[in-house]
Parts: sequence; C-alpha cells; structure tokens
Amino acid sequence: MKKSQAIWFLVILLITSSVLPVIGNADEVFVSDAQQNNHIRTLAASCAACHGTMGNAVGNGNNRSNTDEGNAALAGIDAADFTIKMLGFREGSQKSTVMHHHAKGLSLDEINQLAVHFSQQKRIIMAPLKPQTLKAEHGSL
Amino acid sequence: MDHFSRRDFIKAVGASGALLVSGHAFARATKPPMGRVVVIGGGYAGATAAKYLRLWSLGAIEVIVVEANQQFVSCPLSNLVLGGSKTINDLTFGYDALKANHGIKWLQDTVTAIDSGAKKVSMLRGELSYDRLIVAPGIDFNYDELPMLASAEAQQQVPHAWKAGWQTVNLRKQLEAMPDGGVFVMNVPKAPYRCPPGPYERACQLASYLKVHKPKSKIIVLDANAEIISKKGLFTKVFKETYAGIIDYRPDHSIKGVDLATKTVITDFDKISADVLNVIPPQRAGKIAQIAALTEKDYPWCEVNFLSYESKLVEHVHVLGDSVAAGLPKSAHMATNQAKVCANAIVQLMAGQAPDPAPVFANTCYSFVSDTSAMHVANVYRYDAGKKMMISAEGGGVSISPSEKEAIYAAAWAQNIWADTLT
Repeated sequence: MKKSQAIWFLVILLITSSVLPVIGNADEVFVSDAQQNNHIRTLAASCAACHGTMGNAVGNGNNRSNTDEGNAALAGIDAADFTIKMLGFREGSQKSTVMHHHAKGLSLDEINQLAVHFSQQKRIIMAPLKPQTLKAEHGSL
Repeated sequence: MDHFSRRDFIKAVGASGALLVSGHAFARATKPPMGRVVVIGGGYAGATAAKYLRLWSLGAIEVIVVEANQQFVSCPLSNLVLGGSKTINDLTFGYDALKANHGIKWLQDTVTAIDSGAKKVSMLRGELSYDRLIVAPGIDFNYDELPMLASAEAQQQVPHAWKAGWQTVNLRKQLEAMPDGGVFVMNVPKAPYRCPPGPYERACQLASYLKVHKPKSKIIVLDANAEIISKKGLFTKVFKETYAGIIDYRPDHSIKGVDLATKTVITDFDKISADVLNVIPPQRAGKIAQIAALTEKDYPWCEVNFLSYESKLVEHVHVLGDSVAAGLPKSAHMATNQAKVCANAIVQLMAGQAPDPAPVFANTCYSFVSDTSAMHVANVYRYDAGKKMMISAEGGGVSISPSEKEAIYAAAWAQNIWADTLT
C-alpha cells in the first residue's frame, strides 16, 4: 500500500470510529462522551493562541491555511481535511514551520477528536482587537 | 486616601443587581446556580480563566475579577517597543469587551489579604466571599540582593521593563538618548523567571536598533545562568552572525550590586559602567501568593495539583500563570493553557464531578530577533499520572532558523491570543 493510501485508510478508520455510535451500555457511553468532550474542549482551546477562540482566527476570512492576513481559521473546517492535513504535518508530506511540532505530539485519536470538534464550531469572522493609549496611572513596579 | 463609599461599591460591581453591600462586605442577593469564583489578577491567566469559566459553565458560575490596573498591557511583543517597531499603545487594551461579552463582574482594586478559612478576600475598598478562588498575580521582584533598585525612583534610572508599561517606554527613551558608541548593559536573572527567551529576544531587539542607528554601540548581556536557557542554538547563532560586534554575551555573570549614580554594575569578576542600564531582578510568585501562604518558606513559587491548579497548601484556592511551580516555561500561552484546564476542572468540581484526569495542551512561543524575523519553540504537554505533572510530549522543537514567514505567524499569534484573552 502506498503512503497516501495508508493515510486515507487511517482517516476513514478514524472518522468512522468516532462518528458511529459505540455499542455498549448507554450510560457508560454517555459518561465517557461527556468526559471526552471536557478533555477535547480544553485541548482545542489551547490552539486559540494561534487560531482564535474555538478556531475563530482573527482576520484571514475563511482561509484554512495561514496567509499574510492571518492564521488558518479552524472553525467550521471539514473534519477530513483537518485530519489529512494534521497527518501530513506528522509525517512530513505537508510543509510547515511549527505545526509538525504539534502534530507529532498528539495521538491519532486526539487529532480525530479535534477534527470533529473544530468542524462543529460556527465560523465567526473576527477583527483584530483595538488597542488603547496607555494611561498615566498604569503601575508596573 | 481611599474612603469606602457605598456608591463606589455598587458602581464598581456594575448595574447587575446581583450583589448587595452589607457593611463592608459583599453579600449575595441571589445565589448563583453553581457558586461564585473570585479571580485575583486580570493578566493572561486570570482574564482567560474568567472567560472560560463563564463559557463552559454556560453562565452558571458567577465570576468576579479583582485587578488593580484599568488596562491590560501585553508583555509578549513589548521587546519590540525597545527595538522601535511597536509602541506601547499597540500593546495596550481595555477589559470592556471581555466583561460585556461574558457577564464577568469586575472590581478595580488591590487585594490585601485572603482568609481561606472564612473563604474571604479583603481589598483596599471592601471584602468578597468566594466558593473557589483563583490567584493569578504574575511575578514579584525579589530585591533582597539588590535593595538599591527597590524604589520607584531607582527604577526611573535603572528600569527592569519586565512588566510591560511605562518602564518599557522609559527604557526605549534611554536607548534613543544613548550616544553612538555607548554601552548598554542588561542582565538575565537566575531561572526560573518570566519568559525564558525574553531577555535574549530583548538583546536582539536592542541590537537591531543599534545596528542601524548607533552602529558603534555595544550591548553587554550578563547572564546569571551557565548558558542561554531557551532556544540556545538559535540565539547563539543570531548573536554571532547577525549581531557580531554588537552583542557581548557573558554567561555565569550575576549582578551583585549596582551603583545608581554612575550606572555601574558589580559582578564577581568586574565592575562595568553603562550608558544605559537595564536590570531584571530575580523573581518569585506574585505578592498576594506570598501573603496568602500559597508558597512555602524555602521555595518562592506555588505548588499545585496539575489536574485543577488547586494549591497543594490551601484548599479551594487555585493558582495560575507565572506564580506556579510547573517546571515549564513561564509564558503567556502556558498561562492561558493552565487557565483553561483550571476553568474546566472548576466547572466539573462545582458540578460534583472529577476533573479531566489527563489534560493535554500545546505551547507555541515566538521570539523576534529583528523587526521582521522571528523563530519559535513549540511543544505539546501531557499530564503524567506517575510524575503528577505536565511533561512535554514527543515531537516538540524549535525553528530551523529565524524567518520573515514566522514573524508574520508570530504577529498573528499575538492578535489571536489577545482576542482570545480579552473578548
């Protein structure tokens, strides 16, 4: 199997395994989903420093890659696109400056959960925050 | 002199009507569904915790922030004010959007004491009760070894500029006034301190200005550590190649004393006179963390449980940001990560559930080596149940070399973390 075929196989496996309902005790599934959501929302929120609150990057319209206008907007991204890109960063077929350092640190399951999480967020176009004039009384001792 | 006034209190808390004044203390008019969290400090950690507590509790947790300053000034990018490509007014923001968007109550006041038994916070102008308390006070400078620098007057002459604000502006003015051929002396304090790559980035920013405007000048960097402690290979190369003849880096040089009148620093090896002197003092957990006994006598940082950031010493009090003894870089991105794990945990705890047993987060830290070139260090951190702390995962690392592309990403990093923290 070629490398690209292997990635596709992995992507399909990951997406189906996460989206399809898990067979088992309904209560157990519910509890573990809730825990999983808490876990993944914190990890996803950690991406906000570069990609904005819930993937709503400042500027950059609906671009899914970094441009001179801003960083990639992740909110509302296609889950499969996200996963393919992250796997590409991991194995080096997708060029990056910094993302390979993150993609290699995440598990396949985490990448897939992040894909689902970001695909479910509504894209809100964010403008840069307006700065102010520093006031005389501001303390910094 | 601050006079307590009923009207000031009500004004300070806003027209929410949720709080009433009873004597000198706030009392609840209506009990919030899940309880009240008081957050001390409106920096990256405190502001982020306040926002995400409101978001993730769907407004069921009442959040009150107590912050002494009216404005937020970003330490990240403040070295660029020294280099001249930014002004302090590019890095200064208000809190209005954050407060309004998330229904966060806000008091501009200074905390004077914490009574963890009675779960009460005392401020200059009143008291607050809490169910859980978040302490996010940043750093405090330790002047035990450099008492001559403790006063505001001394810092007018020798600024630290390590909390962005007027000292940053002052240091830039001193740099502009320095004659060509002058000597700028700065230091790196003993680790741990706020922003490990920050002093080395500062040296690059100063050098990038001097290289163009005052090429005969020199920067002496006195490092109390045995070597460059962050992005070592990259900074070493930039010092040697880009700023050869400008940056004179000296490891293992602690500042033992300062003569203010002559701007002379004393080290174990020699006395060095400066035209401009910038001393960044050794650091410890913020003042309120010391007052509230969140640190132990022989160690000046706060030990916490990394699943919730609850203090190991005081129950129901969580500590965030630079004050935490995490063994990880004290950075703005780390502070916001800790704040999110903590907010998530508090929402769980207040709902009677256990917090996420295996938090994971990422950190990206950029340094600008000129006005148009930056480089990063990036890592994923994962909770290690055996070691009971956050450990860096496989695959992290630094840039191959500084680049213009990364300067664009670094600028976007700043825009995004500001928007995430303050809106």
